[in-house]
Order: sequence, then structure tokens, then C-alpha cells
Amino acid sequence: MPRIGVFVCHCGTNIAATVDCGGVAEAARGFPGVVHATDFTYLCAEAGQRKIQDAIAEHRLNRVVVASCSPRMHEPTFRKAVAQAGLNPYLMEMANIREHCSWVHADRQVATAKATEIIRMVVAKVARNEPLTAKQVGLTKKLLVIGGGIAGIQAALDVANAGHQVTLVERTPTIGGKMAMLDKTFPTLDCSACILTPRMVELSQHPNIELRTYAEVLSVKGFVGNFEVEILQKARKVNHLTCTGCGTCWQKCPEKNVPSEFDVGMGRRTAIYIPFPQAVPNKPVIDTANCRYVRHLAAKERGEKLMECRVCEKLCPTKSIDWEQKDEIIVDRFGAIIVANGYDTFDHSVYGEYGYGKYPDVITGLQLERLMNASGPTKGEVVRPSDGKHPHSVVFLACVGSRDDKVGRPYCSKICCMYTAKHALMLKEHDPNIQTYVFYIDIRAAGRGYEEFVRRVQEEYGSTYIRGRVSWIYPQDGKLMIKGEDTLLGRPVEVEADLVVLATGITAAKGAVDLMQTIGISYDTYGFINEMHPKLRPVETNTDGVYLAGCASGPKDIPDSVSQASAAAVKVCGLFSQDYLTTDPMTSVVDQMKCVGCFLCEEVCPFRAVERETLRGGKVVARINESVCKGCGLCVAACRGEALNLKGFTDQQLLAQVTALLRA
Amino acid sequence: MSTYAYYPGCSLHGTAKEYDRSARLVCQALGLELREVEDWNCCGASSAHMVSRWLALSLPARNLQLVEKMGLETMTVPCAACYARLKDVSCELKDPEVRDKIGRVLGGQVTGRVTVEPLVGTLTTQEILDKAAGMIKKPLAGLKVATYYGCLLTRPPKVAQFDVPENPQSMDRLLRVLGSEVVEWYFKTECCGASLPVARTDIVLDLSRKLLTAAKKAGAEAIVTACPMCHSNLDSRQGEIRGRYGDDFKMPIFFFTELLGLALGYPARELLIANHLTDALSLLQGRGLA
Repeated sequence: MPRIGVFVCHCGTNIAATVDCGGVAEAARGFPGVVHATDFTYLCAEAGQRKIQDAIAEHRLNRVVVASCSPRMHEPTFRKAVAQAGLNPYLMEMANIREHCSWVHADRQVATAKATEIIRMVVAKVARNEPLTAKQVGLTKKLLVIGGGIAGIQAALDVANAGHQVTLVERTPTIGGKMAMLDKTFPTLDCSACILTPRMVELSQHPNIELRTYAEVLSVKGFVGNFEVEILQKARKVNHLTCTGCGTCWQKCPEKNVPSEFDVGMGRRTAIYIPFPQAVPNKPVIDTANCRYVRHLAAKERGEKLMECRVCEKLCPTKSIDWEQKDEIIVDRFGAIIVANGYDTFDHSVYGEYGYGKYPDVITGLQLERLMNASGPTKGEVVRPSDGKHPHSVVFLACVGSRDDKVGRPYCSKICCMYTAKHALMLKEHDPNIQTYVFYIDIRAAGRGYEEFVRRVQEEYGSTYIRGRVSWIYPQDGKLMIKGEDTLLGRPVEVEADLVVLATGITAAKGAVDLMQTIGISYDTYGFINEMHPKLRPVETNTDGVYLAGCASGPKDIPDSVSQASAAAVKVCGLFSQDYLTTDPMTSVVDQMKCVGCFLCEEVCPFRAVERETLRGGKVVARINESVCKGCGLCVAACRGEALNLKGFTDQQLLAQVTALLRA
Repeated sequence: MSTYAYYPGCSLHGTAKEYDRSARLVCQALGLELREVEDWNCCGASSAHMVSRWLALSLPARNLQLVEKMGLETMTVPCAACYARLKDVSCELKDPEVRDKIGRVLGGQVTGRVTVEPLVGTLTTQEILDKAAGMIKKPLAGLKVATYYGCLLTRPPKVAQFDVPENPQSMDRLLRVLGSEVVEWYFKTECCGASLPVARTDIVLDLSRKLLTAAKKAGAEAIVTACPMCHSNLDSRQGEIRGRYGDDFKMPIFFFTELLGLALGYPARELLIANHLTDALSLLQGRGLA
């Protein structure tokens, strides 16, 4: 027999001002199963909690209803309080008479009646509550970091330094990401490589870190503490165990005309290559799409003749070229995942007014970085791609693929104002005779030293800032004419330029959506990860044990990305500080006698908690993995045969609530 | 034979008679029946949309309503400004609320089922190009032309839904078929100043001069257009430009239908090419085209 105690909270005047709490308690005494009901000013205070605990002992209560605020506020408080009094914490229910009643009503009489009915419903429910027990599962204290940019590097180092094992998976042949491509960083103008490469080396030599470049995540199964991940190690055709990175192969490779991804097409590379001199690992891969020997083999198969090359193999002093090397799939277990898959820059070829990406002297900010970089294709000399001449007039266009609904990118990319200012400054340092113009919509320079930096570029470096979008770029007499509007003067302007630099915005990294789906985390329309909470849980995803860092969740600059990486690392260390994980017992449960195996539940489950189980008779039924289930109830609603039920919110409990309300 | 509702608009009954004449002739030759919208009214371009949204929608909507009454599915519009207004309202009519309100204004329902296309679109489908290619009597013999589409035909892209917004190709393809050499230039969709000829003639002269300069620099002997406004500005302002800037372009400005008509064998006289204010006949005579 349920012996229910009802406790009505005044919450100071928050509830008591509109609800007659004494009257409500009085009414509750008449509800079925209620043996004790009382009211109190602040139940969440220590005195209030003690009142509940004392009543449990005195009246031998086996169910408790706390009528107060939203369970999101104090459910843990009261669960703990009743547990201390020896009651299973799941035998306590909260009736929300604050957010759902007193705060939204003015009429005291009506609000009191509504509060009474809310409590009547919860009393009917709690009478059917069952004691629930949280389960414990073990965990693998090993972290998977996806992405080897600065965010991934920072996260991997932080967790590895805390003593945990880390595997970092990077899609390209080197770690370093976009930051490695940059010349200088704003606003301090640190040499990007100088501050980044030591981290890259530290990572590659760290005893706790396993580095997998030229690799991709294929599949993720399991749940927090126990992920099972398939990693595709792409064939490099070079044995990295024996290769010393001497460089003979890539210096002698005769195929020298492959557009370099690292130089964003501004330079060329060989077929066997390292992306840049400080690449980590400093050992090459063979790009099979461009390798002459691989092409020779393909031609031979087709019965055609093509010159055999194998220069790298002949010259390699350690015999490390391995034509037989194949793609390999590695399966490993991880307790947590940090997604730091970075970003790509917007493809400006959709802008017809800027030449559909066809004018050679209209380049992107990232391409300019490569031109300015001493280890870049021009050894740091800024020249026009069309004729190799030094530009005198350079025009920058901000917000290309940012803040533009027309191209489906309404958001601000956050970094472009700053990197454009940096470019304008750097160009002037390269050649004091260069005149720079910046077309902008607004200057967004929020950050320490950022606004001052932009001012310096305008005032000390004489860059002409023109507020307005550019409507048209067209070539004329070997130069580029830029037509736009000066919206401050309200007048059209035309500027003649030798070089145009587009501040292309940040988009989700190529393949981001596929990756999110592989991992099973939610993302927005642009392919950026949705955080668990945009303010209070910014580095967690909606899947337990999966964290994020850097531009994976939207545009960020380097300091923000690094901060997020360290934050995500702390979350992982917190997780790994436990030896067992406690799971919430309010999960779905399958009545396997009723289950017909239609697996609609599997289809609707956003957390992949539904598993398939074959019964002895051969019937395949659903089973809920309680460690993964979040108790959202979608499967319960989808189940046609009422085989699914949500513990703590069973059909019986909810029906009892509705019935109580209708009978009132 | 396919039948089109034909909306000439005010220009083609006035300043651009040669466009009207040549359009009707080439369509007939190519097997397209044009039926002029009965009792058509002003499309509202140039002023209505500055004054009242509902006037700007209702004026062109009435013309669509008339086409619906004629029982035709497609309307072809030679003037770029008319096209912009008619296409705009045909997009707006997709909204049931707008449709109802316009219906009330017009005192009768309009469904908006009529497809609106620019004449330059109607006459540059692959089917028509193939057909024209087989009917050429007088190839244009390497006449070097700059194709000029003007600002309205392709913009705004979401409404106009015609060709590549910043680098349209329809006329280029047609003129190549006719044996013309189409020069590469970047001013295909730039503004000629058509909305300001009375209030700010200075701006029109400046913009038109830029277009003429660019076409000349690109090596064009003539400019080909698909808009009576563009034609009027470029054709009629060359004298004033000479007066103000000293540039003497003497650049003939053609409607694309005129060149199509010439290639199909119609004499220049019948196409009313002599109506042009900037002499175009000398160029044609020099090439044996007139």
C-alpha cells in the first residue's frame, strides 16, 4: 500500500503569493494514498529537507510528492534528501506548481485550484512508481581525437599529459591543419609555424599518443566509455617504420606538376610528397592518382603502354617504397571522442560578379597566406598569379561567403575582418609602395587587442577602408576594376587593382555531415556540430562521451579553438577519473513477449540504443542498451504493440495521471 | 506550330517598332505563332513599384489574367522591363494570399498558371537554334558583335530565372549559330541608366559611354541587345556623348531579332533597321547584309 507524503513549498512568495499553499496541502490530505500533507516556506533549504526526512520516519512514508518548482531545478536535491531517509530516490516525484502555475497566473483562486489538480495528478502517478536502481558500467580510458589541426593537437596533448592514452586520426598526410598554412597570426603577428610546429613535434613524440595521419574514421559503435571505432588507414605506399624522411624521393620525383593542396593551388608538388617542410610525420606518401608508376600499371592493365618510372624506389636508401601496401582497417576501443574536424573556406566560384572563380588575380585570403609565407611557393614574394609581377594596388573584399543569404551563408565567419586587416598590414611590410583597399560591411573586431589592431592598419599602415559590398569585378587592360558602393558617402566607387583578395568565410569541413552521421551527433544546416548547450555545455555534443573543439561547431579563431580544445580535454579527464560510469535508470525497457520485431524503435532512436536480440525460438526482438538510452521516450511512442515502456514514465503512470485529472 | 501569347509593351508600339516588326517576322519564319494579348495594359515598369506594391502587382497581373482568358499557357515578352514585372508577379501569385488580394483588385480571379518567358529565351532554345541553323540564307559573315543583356533580364536571379545571372549566354549561342563572331567582354549585364534618362541624363551618358567604350575596346563592330530601353539609350545617346566627351563611337546597336531576321533572309528595309538613330545600314551594306 502506498503511504504518500505531500509537501507544498511556498518558495518565499514565488508560489505563496498566488497559491494558497496551506489550502492546497489540506486538499491533498484527501487524495488516495496520502497519509501526510503539509506546507513550508523553503523546502529546498536544509530545514525543509529535514522536514521531509522526519516525516518519512514519523509517518512511515514510502512515496513522496514535493510540490514546488520545476524538476530541472531541484529534482536532484530532493532525490538525495529522500535517499538519505532510506527511500529509493525514484519514489519521489515533483509537482511543478511554480513555473507551471504560480508564475504564469494572477488569479489566486484559480491558481490554487490548478495547483491542487497538478498535485492530484502527481499523487496518482507516484502511487505507481517503482524503485529504480542506477547501473554501473566500466570504461576504456583511451581518447580518440578526430582532426589534427590546432584544436585536435591541443586536446590530444592535454589529455595525454594527464596520463591517458590518446589516438589522433588525421585525414591528410600531416597534422597542423589550417594553422600550419598561415604566415602570421593576428593580432600579435606571431609566426604561425613557429608557435605551432613545436606542438606538432611534441605530439608525435608523446609516449601516450598514437598518431594516425592519412587515416579516416569509418564507423563508430557503442556508447560513452565503450566506443568501438573502425579507422581506415589509407595506403601511403611508403613504409614509415623504415623511412627516414631523407627527402631524396620527393626531390627526384619527376612528376612535379601536381597542384599543392597545402599551397591552395598557388604552388606545385610532386607525386610522392610531404605537404610542407615541417610536416609531421616528416615522411612522404605517394599520391596514387598522380604517381607515374601507378598510372603505368593501370595503363598496362588496359593494354596500353606508358613509361614506367619507379625513380623513388630506385633511389630510396632504405628501400621503404612499398607498392604492395594496401588500405587497412583498424578496430580500436575508446572511452571518449573529441571531434575537431575543422573547417574549409567558402568556394567563391558561385559569385558570378567576382568572375566565377576564373580570374587568376582574384585570390583568397588563404592563398595570399601561402604567397606571403617564406616556405610558400614564391618563397614569400607576393606576386600576381597571372604574370608574376608585383602588385601595387591590392583590394580586399570582406564577407565573401559570409553574411550573405544569397549564397546560403547568413552567418558571420568571425575571423575575416581580422585576417584581412592582418593581410593589409603584412603587404605593406612586404612592400611599402603597395596601396591596400578594404571593402567591408562592418568591422567585427571583438577580442583582446583586435580593435586596436584594425585601427593601426588604417591609421599607421594607410589602408583605405571602404564601407560597402563590391558589386562587380572585371578585367581591363591587365588590371582588375572593382566596382562597389561607398555606403558612407552613398556613392558608387571604382578602384583599379593589380590583385584582389577575397576574404572567403568559414564553412563546415568537407565531409563533415558524413562524419557527424557516422559518429551519431547532431549538426545544424551548415554542417556544424550542435553543442549540448550553447552557453553552459559548449564542448559537449548531444551524445555522451563525444566532445567537440574548434571550428567543428562554427567559426572560431585560434585562441577560441585552443580554449575549447583544453575545455574538451578537461571533460574527458573528468570522465576518465571514474572507474565506473553510473547510468540513469529511467530508460526504455522492452517487453520481449509483446515485441514483434518491427524495429520502428530502432529507426526513431536518436542515440542508437536499440539492439537486436535473437530469442531461443529464433524470433528477433528489440533490446534497449541501458547505457546508451537517454530515456527520451521516442521509441515508446513509436511502438505499435505497446512493447516498450519508459521506466519512471510508464504508460500506467501517465494514464493514472490523466485519469486523476479527469475524475477531479 | 507552338502558340505564344505576345506582350509587346509600350516600347514595341512606339520607340522600338523595329523590335516588334523583326520579332514578329522571325517568329513566323521559325514556326512560332504570336498572339498579341488582347486589350493589354501597361506593365507598370519604371514607376508603379515606386508608388504602390499592389498597383505594381495588379497591372501586370491583369495582363496574365487576359492570357488565361485567351486560353494560352505561355507568354513571351520582348521587353526586359516588362519581363521583369510580369515574371515578378507570376512568382508572387504563388502565394494564395497575394493571389486573393490581386483577384479582389482586378475584380476577377487570376490563377498565375501562365508561364512568362523573355522573347530572347523563347528564341534561343536548342530546338529553335537547330531550326534556325538550317534556315540561314545570309550568314552574318563574321560580324563582330558584343552581346548586351542589360540589368533586368537575369536579375534578381531568384525571380528572373533566366540564364547565368552574371554571364548570360543565350544571345551568344544564337549569334554564333548565325555566323557572327561574339567578342568577349564583361559588361553584358551592366546598367545603361535606363531608369534615369529624364531626371539624370548625365548619369545615362556616363554609363552608356562606359558600355560603348568597353564594347569598342573588345573589338565589337556592333552591340546586340534584347531590351528596348538599352537599345534606346545606346542608340540615341551617341550624339550627346560625342558632344560631352568627344568620343565618336558610331556604334550600331541591333536588336537580336534584327540580326536573326537578316540571317533568315529578310531585307533590312522590311526589318525597319533604317529607323535606328545611329546608322546601322552602312555596316550591313559593307558586309553585303543589306
